[in-house]
Amino acid sequence: MTRSGRAAAAADRSAIGAAVADAHRREWAFVLAATARVTRDLDAAEECVQDAYVAALDAWARQGVPRNPAAWLTTAARHRALDALRRDRTLRSKLPLLIPEQAQPTSADSAAVGDDGEVISDDRLRLIFTCCHPALAREAQVALTLRLVCGLSTAEIAQDFLVTEPTMAARVTRAKKKISAARIAYRVPEEAELPDRLDAVLTVIHLVFTTGHIAPDGPVLVRADLVERAIALAHMLRQLMPDEPEVSGLLGLLLITDARRAARTDATGNLLLLDQQDRSLWDKAKIDDGRALVVGSLRSGRPGRFALQAAIAAVHSEAPSYAETDWPQLLALYDRLMRAWPSPVVELNRAVVTAMTSGPQAALDDIARLEQDGRLERYHYLPAAKADLLRRLGRRGEARSAYLAALELTDNQAERAFLNGRIAEMSARTDVPGQSAV
Amino acid sequence: MAQYAILIYEAESGYADGGPEVWQEVGQAHRRFAGQVGEKGSKILGGDALQPTSTATSIRADVVTDGPFAETKEALGGFYLIEARDLDHAIEIAKLCPARFGGVEVRPIMDTSGM
Repeated sequence: MTRSGRAAAAADRSAIGAAVADAHRREWAFVLAATARVTRDLDAAEECVQDAYVAALDAWARQGVPRNPAAWLTTAARHRALDALRRDRTLRSKLPLLIPEQAQPTSADSAAVGDDGEVISDDRLRLIFTCCHPALAREAQVALTLRLVCGLSTAEIAQDFLVTEPTMAARVTRAKKKISAARIAYRVPEEAELPDRLDAVLTVIHLVFTTGHIAPDGPVLVRADLVERAIALAHMLRQLMPDEPEVSGLLGLLLITDARRAARTDATGNLLLLDQQDRSLWDKAKIDDGRALVVGSLRSGRPGRFALQAAIAAVHSEAPSYAETDWPQLLALYDRLMRAWPSPVVELNRAVVTAMTSGPQAALDDIARLEQDGRLERYHYLPAAKADLLRRLGRRGEARSAYLAALELTDNQAERAFLNGRIAEMSARTDVPGQSAV
Repeated sequence: MAQYAILIYEAESGYADGGPEVWQEVGQAHRRFAGQVGEKGSKILGGDALQPTSTATSIRADVVTDGPFAETKEALGGFYLIEARDLDHAIEIAKLCPARFGGVEVRPIMDTSGM
């Protein structure tokens, strides 16, 4: 082989590698969901799908990348499953998956057609709803979704959620065993149960996003991989359930929130709040996509908590500056959000808006009520919000104590650096009359 | 069809303090439940109410002691053994099961026939 021939072959190999990696990111859920139907066992399905991706590296280098990679991979994984079943009859009984025979096709069900004309039905919704079944603990739902729907390895998920790999492996195994032992059916919930069941799915995706948006600890503010996984999951869900307003709401919320990513820290990684951000750095395209989704989901009638949160994010995104934000509209949206989703976190955010419409003292009164309530005892944004209001009122000593209280409750380095900066500011001697620098 | 146990955990004080009217109401609720199970396409295979934990005797490693294993506010007070298609079906039925002083737990029955 000539030198240029070798170089071309190497370039081909890396192009094939990229195509397989791309198919892994895009098609894992489709291939696994369809394979699980044949294996009727989640572990066996995972193994067969892994093997199919490995086989794709060689096969695609020889035959070229197939027209429909998902269908190719599914056919390959299913062949492996059938081979394994022939060799080992016990494969079936390890983690038997309950697939109701009368599983009715949903309107969202679509299908892929392979190069050989085989039609493979789209079982991704079944997979997602099984991973997020309310009989599973929230942390198990999150782990299963990342593992089975996104195709992340146990090591990757463990790293994202700051637990050891054996701990995460045990969590995933326990959850799979429960699916099989308690007979959690591999199906899409019926109309009547859909609102609750869908809420669990949306909560899991939102949790993946927030874990990435503000990493619970560590040196960086954002874990981009998790943020992108969450957005990809929301995109997938929207593609599968285009008529669910809360699904559009969630995707809109994630897009608009993530659009600020580049503006959320300065060049040295320091945290910048909404009023300090350079709005020209916001991702205009993402905001536009998000806003279109918000408009659609608000039009649907009774908007839910994700659509309303998205609408709030959209109002912020429309303001040319912090001062020019439409605070009265935000307050009205927060009131609707409180009705749709009564939660102390919403109340706290509403208080911050109240400060802009009625002044910091009114907001401090709201926050005092929340402090007594006690549900936000471990939530560092409560003392942080209080500190900021006290700072604006010039009550520096109290502000400093509140910043210190917030510092006690967060382990994210970017947030800690920000709070330490404010504490130093509040401690500095100034000649403001009537203020003692404690 | 698979089998599930619906375990009824309740605060015993509810019955101790409630008097005969409570017993009567709860008895009616359970008779109503038995009817609903059939309508839901399931079947009650067995079940009973248990005497209060004050009558319990625990045996652990051959040591016999008075009382239940764990003193908790809510105690196992009764159970049903039902048949259901899957967990969602079992949950649907368990939601109908009366437990005014507590709640219920659904547990799949382990198939030990091959053991």
